[in-house]
Amino acid sequence: MLESNRLSTSHFEKFVWLGFALVLLVAPWVFTSNLSMTMMSQMGIAIIACLSYNVLLGQGGMLSFGHAVYSGMGSYLTIHALNAVGAGTLPIPVSLLPLIGGIAGMGFAVLLGFVTTRKSGTTFSMITLGMAELVFAMSLMFSEFFGGEAGVSANRVAGQAFLGITYGPQRQVYYLIAVYTFISVGLLYALTQTPLGRILNAVRDNPERVEFVGYNTQMVRYRAFIIAGFFAGIAGGLGALNFEIVTAEVVGPARSGAYLLFTFLGGATFFFGPVLGGVLMVLAFVLLSEITKAWLLYLGLIFLFMVVYAPGGFAALIMTNLRVIKAGAFGRLNLAYAGLLVSGCVMFGGASSLIEMIYHLQLNSSMDTQLAFAGMVLDTGSKVTWSVVIAITAAALLWFDWQRKFFISQWELVQTDIAQASQSGSAS
Amino acid sequence: MSTSPSLVLNDVHKQFGKTEIIRGVNLSVQPGERVAIIGPNGAGKSTLFNLISGRFAPSSGSIHLHGQRIDGLKPFEINRQGLSRSFQITNIFPKLSVFENLRCSVLWNLGHRYSFWSFLSQLNDANALAHEWMQRIHLDHKSQELAMNLTYAEQRALEIGITMAGGANVVLLDEPTAGMSTSETSRFIHLIKEVTQGKTLLTVEHDMGVVFGLADKIAVLVYGEIIAFDTPEKVRANPRVQEAYLGSLEEQGH
Repeated sequence: MLESNRLSTSHFEKFVWLGFALVLLVAPWVFTSNLSMTMMSQMGIAIIACLSYNVLLGQGGMLSFGHAVYSGMGSYLTIHALNAVGAGTLPIPVSLLPLIGGIAGMGFAVLLGFVTTRKSGTTFSMITLGMAELVFAMSLMFSEFFGGEAGVSANRVAGQAFLGITYGPQRQVYYLIAVYTFISVGLLYALTQTPLGRILNAVRDNPERVEFVGYNTQMVRYRAFIIAGFFAGIAGGLGALNFEIVTAEVVGPARSGAYLLFTFLGGATFFFGPVLGGVLMVLAFVLLSEITKAWLLYLGLIFLFMVVYAPGGFAALIMTNLRVIKAGAFGRLNLAYAGLLVSGCVMFGGASSLIEMIYHLQLNSSMDTQLAFAGMVLDTGSKVTWSVVIAITAAALLWFDWQRKFFISQWELVQTDIAQASQSGSAS
Repeated sequence: MSTSPSLVLNDVHKQFGKTEIIRGVNLSVQPGERVAIIGPNGAGKSTLFNLISGRFAPSSGSIHLHGQRIDGLKPFEINRQGLSRSFQITNIFPKLSVFENLRCSVLWNLGHRYSFWSFLSQLNDANALAHEWMQRIHLDHKSQELAMNLTYAEQRALEIGITMAGGANVVLLDEPTAGMSTSETSRFIHLIKEVTQGKTLLTVEHDMGVVFGLADKIAVLVYGEIIAFDTPEKVRANPRVQEAYLGSLEEQGH
């Protein structure tokens, strides 16, 4: 019984990896536009970056506010190396340049991580914040290396073309990123199956106890930090090749914040959570910012919402619901989900109308008080419109909260039944 | 005393600020001896364990393990020299499974250290040992259960398992039966006797029945000093001990 389970699990895992490879392979032939090609390239990079961040956050319990330092330094070293390749002074194929980024990220993690990982918890977070500020401040001081306001640019069509691959077309860059993404995801997954990976989980759960089973927790954290730095550097290096320009913002606090935010949104408690997070990051940065000027505000609200209601991120939402579906109990939640969905939509509609009206007032009021939003025309000059929108939003908030409580009561009933069923199943 | 002692405490003091909790403890434990440390609340029993296991460094004095000086070393350094401990308040890895809890506790001792080039599933020695310990603490039917979902008694058993699985020769158990019912306690003592066979054992215990059943020797700690260290019979007969500790306890019906 146990053996057959294990066998089917490993089969399932093979299918997942095969599926992942197929998706990476086929995606550019399904989404062929320039925009989607750029976005998919960025997604691969973001996936590596978020996964590397999650070695710290999800697997090691280290809340870093400065992970962009390592991806960013990877970007800078790679772009300088690319320029050297272009100038003919560095005989390295362009395909291998992201490894330079990786080594740079790792090198800085070795250097800065030694201090950072001495402590855990709040102190660790504070030190990462300090390190991030330090490096960001340096990026403004040393314009020789960091390129100042304009950044450092390069041309990725450099050196000898290998098998006709010049990295001129975006599709070739995409495939380079896809290969690095697949290998990085594979290696980072493998890490979770090693002694270091498991002890890292133990350090996250209970660092004190780890010290009493023979492990130096500081060394565990340090090693994990270096590995995270390496893969962050790979992501940074790929970013440099992808954009052909690196500016100081790649080491900046906003970038570090984005890694944290999207790793959390994707779900830090599951390995694949940050993969979702990486995809979401690019969708938000590229698409959401096209749709609305207030996209950062929406992002903040979604983050708040998730922290409060779904702290496990999207990955946990998916996994817990899969469990319900497997137990055949999803039908019992139909009503609760429908209530959540409808009230949630009304609440979202109300809140976003409010946000858009406020933004309209701030940015475009001199032109016109009329705002076209979601098929409606909202008049920001009318008190009636304001009162109606505020009233609907407030009512929807209350309604949603009521639906949420109803949902939770239903959800817990289902969970208890599933737990009982699985217990009686394992006992028999 | 022909053999050299496993653990020696020599005039160990510990101060927190101006408060002296441990005031000159001397103790010598022979290999294979089972020592129970008893004493009223606040006598410094847990502090003494914390000093021996490296959670705190003593203010003065020395501690030797197998002849090596260990006072002031970090917990993991002391553990690597063959001393392991359990905790009064359950101290396990809550989000790892029972099996993973035990596997984590054997990895260092088996030499797998910080390896990220070998797969856990292929570490036959660690897996076999973790399985063996799951059976010894009777949790093999809960192998994949997260530690946080175990019952209290099961968590206490896992606590002992984590402490013992690493293979340390000298074992400190800090109130292993704390919070257990009487029937659970008697079963648990049986388990402890089983799994600590051949080890040098120090335990802090409040239950006098447990103490007299488990220990070869009893050390009585009162206000940071050991006022008696002898066989249970002699300690029971010791007038100083009766005055300071046992008498008052027996009056309370223990």
